[in-house]
Amino acid sequence: MYAYDEIDRTLVNERVSEFRDQVKRRLSGELTEDEFKILRLQNGVYLQLHAYMFRVAIPYGTLATNQLRALAHVARKYDRGYGHFTTRQNIQFNWIKLAELPDALEDLAQVGIHAMQTSGNNMRNVTSDQWAGVAPGEIEDPRIWSELIRQHTTLHPEFSFLPRKFKIAITASDHDRAAIKIHDIGLRLIKNEKGETGFEVLVGGGLGRTPFIAKTIKHFVHGRDILSYIEAILRVYNQYGRRDNIYKARIKILVHELGIEKFAREVEDEWQHIRNSSLQIDDEVIEDIRSRFTYPAYEKLPHMPDELRQAAADPEFEAWRKNSVAPHKVQGYSIVTISLKPTGGPPGDATAEQMDALADLADKYSFGEIRVGHEQNLALPHVAKRDLPALWKALDKLGLATPNVNLITDIIACPGLDYCSLANARSIPIAQELTRRFANHELANLIGRLHINISGCINACGHHHVGHIGILGVEKNGEEVYQITIGGRADENAALGTLIGPGVKFDEVADVVEDIVEAYLALRERPEELFMDTVKRLGVEPFKERVYATR
Amino acid sequence: MPLVNGGKIADDSFAKLAVDTPLPESGDILVPAERFLGDAEGLLKRAGKVGVIWPNNRDIDELVPYLGKVAAVALVFPTFRDGRAYSQARLLRERYNYRGELRATGQILRDQFVFMLRAGFDSFEVKKQADAEAFMQTAKRYSVFYQPTGDGRITALHRRMQLRHSEGVGT
Ligand code: HEM
Ligand code: SF4
Repeated sequence: MYAYDEIDRTLVNERVSEFRDQVKRRLSGELTEDEFKILRLQNGVYLQLHAYMFRVAIPYGTLATNQLRALAHVARKYDRGYGHFTTRQNIQFNWIKLAELPDALEDLAQVGIHAMQTSGNNMRNVTSDQWAGVAPGEIEDPRIWSELIRQHTTLHPEFSFLPRKFKIAITASDHDRAAIKIHDIGLRLIKNEKGETGFEVLVGGGLGRTPFIAKTIKHFVHGRDILSYIEAILRVYNQYGRRDNIYKARIKILVHELGIEKFAREVEDEWQHIRNSSLQIDDEVIEDIRSRFTYPAYEKLPHMPDELRQAAADPEFEAWRKNSVAPHKVQGYSIVTISLKPTGGPPGDATAEQMDALADLADKYSFGEIRVGHEQNLALPHVAKRDLPALWKALDKLGLATPNVNLITDIIACPGLDYCSLANARSIPIAQELTRRFANHELANLIGRLHINISGCINACGHHHVGHIGILGVEKNGEEVYQITIGGRADENAALGTLIGPGVKFDEVADVVEDIVEAYLALRERPEELFMDTVKRLGVEPFKERVYATR
Repeated sequence: MPLVNGGKIADDSFAKLAVDTPLPESGDILVPAERFLGDAEGLLKRAGKVGVIWPNNRDIDELVPYLGKVAAVALVFPTFRDGRAYSQARLLRERYNYRGELRATGQILRDQFVFMLRAGFDSFEVKKQADAEAFMQTAKRYSVFYQPTGDGRITALHRRMQLRHSEGVGT
């Protein structure tokens, strides 16, 4: 965990007091809605279909239990008793009153949580691997760098009014859980031949109307230079990024229009001017940040405790363990993913009671730490293996032990028409229907790893382009129509899905998904061949045939 | 629009000229970039200070040869959303060592003062009287800064190091 000190706390409090003043000026009419809009967006406040929506940052997805309790408190006191965890390691509240927002922010500030830059055209909340610091084989804890970048990008005086929003993600593992290739800047922590820490820097990824997979702009930037290199990229983007058309204002368009070589040269030029400036980070500063991350005092535990051996006889426990429990870098411990995808529920929602209860469980079983992942699930990062059976029982009581992590019902979905003013179609009801269709665990397990991603419009908040099966809601003649893509993925081999044919109606979506799955089961060469591999081997044709032959 | 200069509401000594406004006999003038570049020598010869209004999509390099001679550079924020002039300001101050008046013009609210001061602006054409009056108070809103800029303020990272070292002295 990273501990805020007096300096960080002061800044958060100063921000809250500024926002209180801004809300006051809005309510008195001193600020017009147009003026207020960018100010509230910089504090995570959107005006939605029914009410204000409030998006709170969870930097690199790490939460302490008192912080999770504070989120539960906000859900209970200022909202309708629940919150929605998002693909950007944030949490959203859908029903907050404008006049109460400063109080909600103040309550969160008590535990070092804020909503700075969770929206608006600035550098957004830095995201990272939800298994950071505990994943076996990672180069080092990427949160040290995430935190350095979080600080550097917070209230940046030059880049708080960029052409568009700007997202940075960091991974330190071979397996990319941070989806760095669909971010404006993706950073992959690596070591060079001298054993020095640095980054492969990728740029220009993003989804939305014009999706792009990020390209490598530099194979190695030394850790000490990473802030100046990011600053160089942003300065080039701030000056040359398009502002005439919001759909073309993202850095991915600039990179595409200039070409990565030309863009890289511009950045290199700029970087040479500033790389030896005060932006250079000395080892002492890095050590200082590192020292403020504390790690649990792990015990020396057996690899296979008796408790786990005994529980293995229970098939329900085993079903959960197989998909929710992952190896930890310390022997005798595990990482436990907590599915927020119950059958029939909206993906990513958690009630205030669940949040409080989870905080208690994290105190008891995970050294007081919780993680939020971009798949809209939570994780307990340090669970002793001997505690797994007890934890599972407790989670099950809370409705948080659905054994579907990475299976077909572990669906990512945006809020769609149920909450979002930009939506063309519903997303949540589609997700709910699919979780019912595939509720049978045997079947889901037989299918194996398969990610479905759903967005209610072209903005792609549900990452539909990178779903193994992607579902995009569009509007056609006043009706909701859904376009289906297959073959997308957001990991280290990120790829955009391919459209399989004409859009289908709301009522047909679940049938179409079933058809695709049946086709896959019939086509796969052996049970270990995952859906993605079958699609890769055969292309979309056989799936298209199966889906449209009878429609 | 009220002008805040050096932290206070001040009179504006500059007359703002358009591309084709006749040149006044004397007094300080602020002229658009293209007019300035069209006759820089001539304008700089007359009595009175010359300042230039530089659009946010024009390369600042063209202005660099004249930086020692102009008394003011006015950068433009056509809307609050358009932040290009922040980069121009930092380049002028930090890369080209421009020391004259650096003025923010366009849509300027109190909510941008801190960012603008940090980027190097020292004078502001403010949209609303109340915001201009709130300048001193608003400019002091933050005491913590995470990034180094040309304003020389110590960053949070370095303040922590200082604190740590000073703690270390007695122990
Ligand atoms: C309900 C209020 C929301 C609104 C008004 C909203 C608005 C938008 C807009 C306008 C874009 C397109 C930006 C662009 O790429 O050009 C976008 C993209 C995105 N949003 Fe949302 N969104 C909302 C909720 C969410 C939620 C709930 C999530 C996560 C589950 C989310 C995550 C994202 C992500 C990941 C992108 C992809 C952008 C990219 O990388 O290209 N948003 N959103
Ligand atoms: S994808 Fe569209 S509908 Fe869904 S949350 Fe984003 S903006 Fe709203």
